[in-house]
Amino acid sequence: MVSQAPQLAVKAEALVKNFGETAVLRGLDIELPTGEVTVLLGANGAGKSTLLRVLSMLTQIDSGSISMFGADIAKNGPATRALTGSVLHSPMLYADMTVRENLMFFAEMYRLQNIAERVAETTAQVGIEPRLDHRVRTLSHGFQKRVALARSLMHNPELLLLDEPESGLDNLSVARLGRIIDDYRSSGRTVIMTTHIVEHALELADRAIVLNYGKVGLNSAFPSRDKDEILAAYSSTVTAQ
Amino acid sequence: MNKVLDLLDPLLILSAALMGVALYLIFIWVPTETNQGAVQRILYFHVPIAWGSMLGIFVVSGSSFMYLWKKNERWDRLAVASAEVGVVFGGMMLLSGMIWARPVWAVWWTGEAKLTTALILFFIYVAYLMFRAYFPPGAQRQRLAAIIGVIGAIDTPIIYFAANLWSQAHPPIITGPGADADSTLGSDLGTVLLVSTLAFTFLFIFMVQTRYKIRKSEDDLVELKRSSSASVMTGAS
Amino acid sequence: MMGSLAVIWAIGRKDLLLEIRNKDVVVAVAGFALLVLVIFTFAIDLNQGNAKLVGPGVLWAGIAFAGVTGLNRAFALEVEGGTLEALMLAPISRDLIYLGKALGNFLFIAVAQIIVIPVFAVLFNLVVFRWEMLAISLLTTVGFSAVGTLFAAMSVKVRAREVMLPLLFLPVVTPLLMAAVESTGHMVNGRSWSDMAQWLQLAVAFDVAFVVVSAFIFQHILED
Repeated sequence: MVSQAPQLAVKAEALVKNFGETAVLRGLDIELPTGEVTVLLGANGAGKSTLLRVLSMLTQIDSGSISMFGADIAKNGPATRALTGSVLHSPMLYADMTVRENLMFFAEMYRLQNIAERVAETTAQVGIEPRLDHRVRTLSHGFQKRVALARSLMHNPELLLLDEPESGLDNLSVARLGRIIDDYRSSGRTVIMTTHIVEHALELADRAIVLNYGKVGLNSAFPSRDKDEILAAYSSTVTAQ
Repeated sequence: MNKVLDLLDPLLILSAALMGVALYLIFIWVPTETNQGAVQRILYFHVPIAWGSMLGIFVVSGSSFMYLWKKNERWDRLAVASAEVGVVFGGMMLLSGMIWARPVWAVWWTGEAKLTTALILFFIYVAYLMFRAYFPPGAQRQRLAAIIGVIGAIDTPIIYFAANLWSQAHPPIITGPGADADSTLGSDLGTVLLVSTLAFTFLFIFMVQTRYKIRKSEDDLVELKRSSSASVMTGAS
Repeated sequence: MMGSLAVIWAIGRKDLLLEIRNKDVVVAVAGFALLVLVIFTFAIDLNQGNAKLVGPGVLWAGIAFAGVTGLNRAFALEVEGGTLEALMLAPISRDLIYLGKALGNFLFIAVAQIIVIPVFAVLFNLVVFRWEMLAISLLTTVGFSAVGTLFAAMSVKVRAREVMLPLLFLPVVTPLLMAAVESTGHMVNGRSWSDMAQWLQLAVAFDVAFVVVSAFIFQHILED
């Protein structure tokens, strides 16, 4: 390995986000190198989802700065979004369009060239080919979640942002998801995810960050070694509620 | 202590003193206008109040624009403060205008260009305030409110132009006594209007300043609640 | 440039596809506007030249009120499934989302007018199948959808958004509404283009101002 400092996938400084009287992010700092799988842990309201929404550019921070792959996201919106793929809580699909129509439409939004090919590849990756021509409305939540995952992979993003991606997925799909994440890591790309399956995530991840009420409570680069410490920090944020 | 309402505020004293002078000038000093009669004295209030409401719109638009540009809370506070005071002045302007128009023009309301424009702008800034009241708190509310402020400013010349064209096509019906007659007051009219306008301008500034301070205290309170709940949350862990 | 147009068109086409499947918006707009027209045929005696006098006002007031309900519905559909956020995730600038949604709304209101205006001609017994009508209708619809899309996007998180949108939308579009009513009035009275020129110019100015400003300002709206 070359000893130069790896480029940072995400560098966030002093992030603050308030919704009225609720402070969600309170001066949060993180630095995530490329090629790592990071798992965000914390109680409800710790700021995990808001942080992912901020990194996906759906939520504007009140103050602070974020750069991704060296570029300030406030100034390079579209270019940065081309490098990220997100799966958030809701599948965010058009219920009265088929899976294929949804994916084709979003492929146009991402300005992809070889649309049909990319749709075929990613749908195979997440295993949704059998129902490509079903309307989204008729599909289960877990299936919709997989369609959303396919959409987030279509443009081969460098950074994958996943908010509880396993929720609603069956065991087979969770295993597929694990393969996709491994694949991302081995090709030097970056994943940031939240999860409710903590033990499993700690084995999978290269880094675990416990958020405590809008700040970083604990940042471990050896999640499998620091497991007990991480679990203790995580459960203390949960009981604090 | 940072008192919100300061009764010894120089602006308030100045405005009150000028208001006293204006009242003397309006009701005792200035002679009655011969064409319109005593009702003409309403204009000495109506015109300065209309000026105040215009000032309000001007400040809302300007500070909304500045907020979008600089994202500084102070511009947002100034915008909301002058919107509230401006809407109050606007309402008084519409009322005093109607009370004056009924005896002089023989109608309460007519499609005259300035009236139409004033009424539509009044509605836009009422909507501005309602929007602020209905939208969930946060920075997004301030951005969106600022956009309404800017849109209102862009719309103003278009509304005025349209209202003008409209009133040419449908000439306002104003038939009352002295509808067209020139004033018989000469320079006295100007003197009274000047003093009264100054009095109302200082009142306007004082009210905006007071509202701004209230707004600031409200923001400070929210900040305090945030940090106190933060210390509870993290302290327990 | 061509890429941007393709994105705008893709959003508009997607809205049209959903509309063809659901008929959520056009039916609501056309139905509402038709009801306004019908109610006015009872409210006003249309026999003695009254139709020419009040017809244009009734037509455009009906379309404006109906348009508001449609705009509300159209944006709510994009928000309910979270798909607006999916659009925001895409690497396109926010003004393209605005222009795409405005294109969709333009198509909805235009299609509704294709239904409403002939019925208006029948009920009010006026000649409206003229180029003037097409010009007036296009200009008004562009302005309605430009302002309406902006305010609909702003109102989605407001409680009681059904109330908020008309309160924002109607005062701002008043100049355009005046232009539409006055030009239509000239047209049904058989006057020439030059009589309505000033009004049409006003409508053009309104449209240009609000399309440009809204597209520019839209980036401040979407993110929470």
